[in-house]
Amino acid sequence: MSLISVSHLSMAIHSLAILKDLTFAIEPGKVFGVVGESGSGKSMTALALMGLLPGGARTSGSAMLGDTDLLSAPEDRMCRIRGNQIGMIFQEPMTALNPVQTIGRQVAETLVIHGAANRAEAMTLAREKLDRVGLPADRFPLDKYPHELSGGQRQRVCIALAIALRPKLLIADEPTTALDVTTQAQILDLLKSLVAEDGMALMLITHDLAVVSDIADQVAVMKSGEIVEQGNTDEVFRAMRHPYTRALFAASAHIPDRQARARDEPILEVQNAVRRYALPRRRLLGPAPTFTAVNDVSFTLHMGENLGLVGESGCGKSTLTRAILGLEPLQSGQIRLFGEPVAPGMANALRSGVQVVFQDPYGSFNPRWKVAQLVAEPFYLMQARPADWRDRVAEALVSVGMTAPDMDKYIHEFSGGQRQRIAIARALILRPDLIVLDEAVSALDVSIRAQILDLLADLSHRLNLSYLFISHDLSVVRAITDRVLVMQAGEIVESGRTEEVFTNPAHPYTRALIDATPKLPDRRV
Amino acid sequence: MKWPKTLILGGLIFATFLGAALLSLVWTPYPVDTLAIAAKLKPPTSTFWFGTDHFGRDIFSMIMVGARTSIAVAIVAVGIGITLGVPLGLAAAANRGGWLDEVIMRGNDLIFAFPSLVIAILITAVFGPSALNAIIAIGIFNIPVFARVSRGGALSLWTLDYILAARVAGKGRLRISTEHILPNIANLLIVQGTIQFSLGIIAEAALSYVGLGAQPPTPSWGRMLADSQTMISFAPHLALFPGFAIVLTVLGLNLMGDGLRDILDPRIRRARG
Repeated sequence: MSLISVSHLSMAIHSLAILKDLTFAIEPGKVFGVVGESGSGKSMTALALMGLLPGGARTSGSAMLGDTDLLSAPEDRMCRIRGNQIGMIFQEPMTALNPVQTIGRQVAETLVIHGAANRAEAMTLAREKLDRVGLPADRFPLDKYPHELSGGQRQRVCIALAIALRPKLLIADEPTTALDVTTQAQILDLLKSLVAEDGMALMLITHDLAVVSDIADQVAVMKSGEIVEQGNTDEVFRAMRHPYTRALFAASAHIPDRQARARDEPILEVQNAVRRYALPRRRLLGPAPTFTAVNDVSFTLHMGENLGLVGESGCGKSTLTRAILGLEPLQSGQIRLFGEPVAPGMANALRSGVQVVFQDPYGSFNPRWKVAQLVAEPFYLMQARPADWRDRVAEALVSVGMTAPDMDKYIHEFSGGQRQRIAIARALILRPDLIVLDEAVSALDVSIRAQILDLLADLSHRLNLSYLFISHDLSVVRAITDRVLVMQAGEIVESGRTEEVFTNPAHPYTRALIDATPKLPDRRV
Repeated sequence: MKWPKTLILGGLIFATFLGAALLSLVWTPYPVDTLAIAAKLKPPTSTFWFGTDHFGRDIFSMIMVGARTSIAVAIVAVGIGITLGVPLGLAAAANRGGWLDEVIMRGNDLIFAFPSLVIAILITAVFGPSALNAIIAIGIFNIPVFARVSRGGALSLWTLDYILAARVAGKGRLRISTEHILPNIANLLIVQGTIQFSLGIIAEAALSYVGLGAQPPTPSWGRMLADSQTMISFAPHLALFPGFAIVLTVLGLNLMGDGLRDILDPRIRRARG
């Protein structure tokens, strides 16, 4: 019998329909994957089951857990169900834990609140749970604080919290999206083993088809509040009956059409670059310890080349980016752009040769400026704004697939993908030779990501642009770059032609990265 | 967009007092600088709405003129705080962790460390009691408040990508502070401004109460309270009306501040959908 059976669940906030007629069942001991793009209602479905919907939400239909309808149960009953029978983990492990309480106390807290144990027993149980999620006692005593742990370790604590009371269902909302690929693989393994060994059901919400196909027994594909297709994962992904599933799949595996055009003419040369930061002093007197974020990095980027820089968080990619943009000084070594040295005080003319597109389409623009002003901002690097600046803004907007009248709108009128196009227009306005793309497609939905990748490939071809493509996402780097650098702990551990590095990695770290990346199932037509 | 009820109510209360203050420039029901001993200490009637004081002056007219004093002092004091405090806060944020940041913020701490009313008393005691000295004294204590608010708001903005984009466009700290930071912390400053405004009105009343604010014959709510003290047993209306005026204005301003925060603070706006 099903653990939870949802039938005809609809939900509206005020008059806006968010979820439409959802019917599905979650079996004990199985992984139920929910996949869809942002705004498809996948998180709202989870919140509806938990009775945690925002104010103004009205639901209809039913969601039966045993003989309790989760949609109509009174709040005090839901309080006992939450944590006890349904546990939940979230995307962001950095903010999901209380920073001033020890991890042991936080896990024990749930047990005490639900009356499952007294303080002393709860601490023993908390120890067991932390062992269970792979945080052994010798390295992770109960009195550790969250800030002493890495992101992956914190997510393990969150899982220990969620499974403390042996819930029948664990809801995981994008549990690995904020984590590095190697950590993601470990957390997914942990979740899998919890389901297999403890007989718990897992509802896994994600935007990542590869993750779902890797771990889920059953999958539901959601689009605009509806389940467009559901069934056994293998079957759904093999048959792909619904066009939306096919489209998602195609977008995830999308490789833009492009040819290598690299000429043997260096644009950017990085020679033995070293960037150190001073850390807080440990002692009153004596030198402050330093942290070397970028350690002896050298590479050359040629005209027309798309160079990828891959690495996990904290590997020094962002520091290197800021140094290349001339925003931060180097402690030793040199960066040359068109043969001229790059430094914080460099000439504006040199600065205008390299522009940048950032990851977050929402934080990249001053919300109080109109698009015309935003896109024209780099003109500040010129002596005076050219007289035809509005025409050039319009031209840049058109070249990224927007329209000229868009320039009199404010940025909040655009979606994430459109904003990223505007960010590219801003980078193009000075007609630079090199654009640094700092995780430029990482925050986008797969279908939008595919469009932006196509746009980038097309622009690089038409305008003879070179890219430095920085990302943690190996599949994207593989799709768009000619050559790739793999960075670990401030050093470049491997470099070479992209296809060669991916098919035949030489360094163990590169191999680990490639093995950890979840793979889309081969498409069988 | 729906306007919060607090903003409407607070705005109406404050607008009433502001209107009375402006009207008093050209007209009051009775003159406030002539004595009419024959009509002294009258309780509220249809001729004297709020009654008269021990010199026979109309309380209603004095409340109107007093509103003018209070609001003028508070406006200038908040103005001093904003014009000096905001640039200091922006400069501190632009040089985060540098010596300038340290100097500005430790200077702020120094001012905060003194009890504000005691310093105000010191200033007026040294330079003589007058409305101008009261303004300066209250204004000085507004500087660190605005410096802290603008530094705090600016610091979180400095980490955003659009600031990085502006730096890539070659813009310096001064230009980024004025073009990008200031417009985006304006909402914080407006909300803090209304709160400081109400505190300014209380501070002016307190200084006038101890005789260090606006000097006679200029009516002021604080001094009206002080004057009524000895007569409160047989003429309570003398204390009630200026007291209500202070409470209502401050309440109105605080409600306005809350309401403005509701519509201007992006975090709350997002939570409201």
